[in-house]
Amino acid sequence: MAAPASEYKDRQFLAVIGDEDSCTGLLLAGVGHVTEPPASQKNFLVVDAKTSNADIEAAFDNFVEERNDIAILLINQHIADRIRPRVDTYTKAFPSLLEIPSKDHPYDPEKDSVLKRVRRLFGE
Amino acid sequence: MSGSGAREAVFPTRQSLGLMKSKLKGAQTGHDLLKRKSEALTKRFREITRRIDEAKRKMGRVMQIAAFSLAEVTYATGSSNLSFQIQESVKNARFRVRTRQENVSGVFLPAFESFTGEGASDFALTGLGKGGQQVSRCRETYQRAVETLVELASLQTAFVILDEVIKVVNRRVNAIEHVIIPRTENTIKYINSELDELDREEFYRLKKVSGKKERDAAAAELERAAHDKGEEGKAQASAEVETKDMLGDQDNEDVIF
Repeated sequence: MAAPASEYKDRQFLAVIGDEDSCTGLLLAGVGHVTEPPASQKNFLVVDAKTSNADIEAAFDNFVEERNDIAILLINQHIADRIRPRVDTYTKAFPSLLEIPSKDHPYDPEKDSVLKRVRRLFGE
Repeated sequence: MSGSGAREAVFPTRQSLGLMKSKLKGAQTGHDLLKRKSEALTKRFREITRRIDEAKRKMGRVMQIAAFSLAEVTYATGSSNLSFQIQESVKNARFRVRTRQENVSGVFLPAFESFTGEGASDFALTGLGKGGQQVSRCRETYQRAVETLVELASLQTAFVILDEVIKVVNRRVNAIEHVIIPRTENTIKYINSELDELDREEFYRLKKVSGKKERDAAAAELERAAHDKGEEGKAQASAEVETKDMLGDQDNEDVIF
């Protein structure tokens, strides 16, 4: 009934889509991972004003669909807002999607896709 | 009548009545069990949502503190290329998660567990010139923040999985309650009414047969009585004749000495 063990056995990394400060902090904590040079893949994406929404979506899809070693995807809430439809329709258990606050954008529980579901379930 | 409502296509026999009765019993047991499972899961689900709510608030606070400590680092090192330096020196993740399973009423809920890998940090030399202390403090703060995030992520995963499982279980409970049980009950009613009908038919037939038998018997009795009477008359007559010559010597002259 629940997800089979094979689905999350190999997942051991955290992925980050965030602004520069959030990424720096999280990388400092040691979550960053870059795969071996030939097809070098980072598990983080630094988003600034110049990054297009298509790039964010591509990174998001890469982290949630293609890579199967990501256990948790952290995404800044204001960046999640930019690809909100894509984030709201994401319902898979793995990787688990977590919206985090950033320095310049305080956390707004109203927008969180999971908390929205919680509220809908309890009819508030 | 039994014609109302859906029922299964069975022949109304006693055997299928027995089958349907055991099916109904099984459905009721299954319904009870599933209902209890759904209740246990819902209880757990509510607990998890409450904890998610708490953890989200906690995350807001923790991330604020972490962002502040990063600001401290930027101030102390005084360089704006710190983040670039950090992004470029990333090689191997020291901070990883592993998943373990927890069993809640037959549902496996994965939970993340963070662990820090062996070996030196990729950022051993970061802030070597200035602000090394702030950098290491910031690193610790962020590590704690990420641990909170991992905790929250495992709660959220449990939430997503439980949500799905509860939906499936509730769907089953409702299917049994509103489709299978009424249909089986209808089938049992139908079989019973058909069997009753057959019983009545059989009873009527038996009555008919016994009535016919009675009539036949009465007729036979009458006939026998009539026949008996005739026989009796004949017998009497023959007896009278018999008494005349009991010895059968009526032809013989009486011999007188």
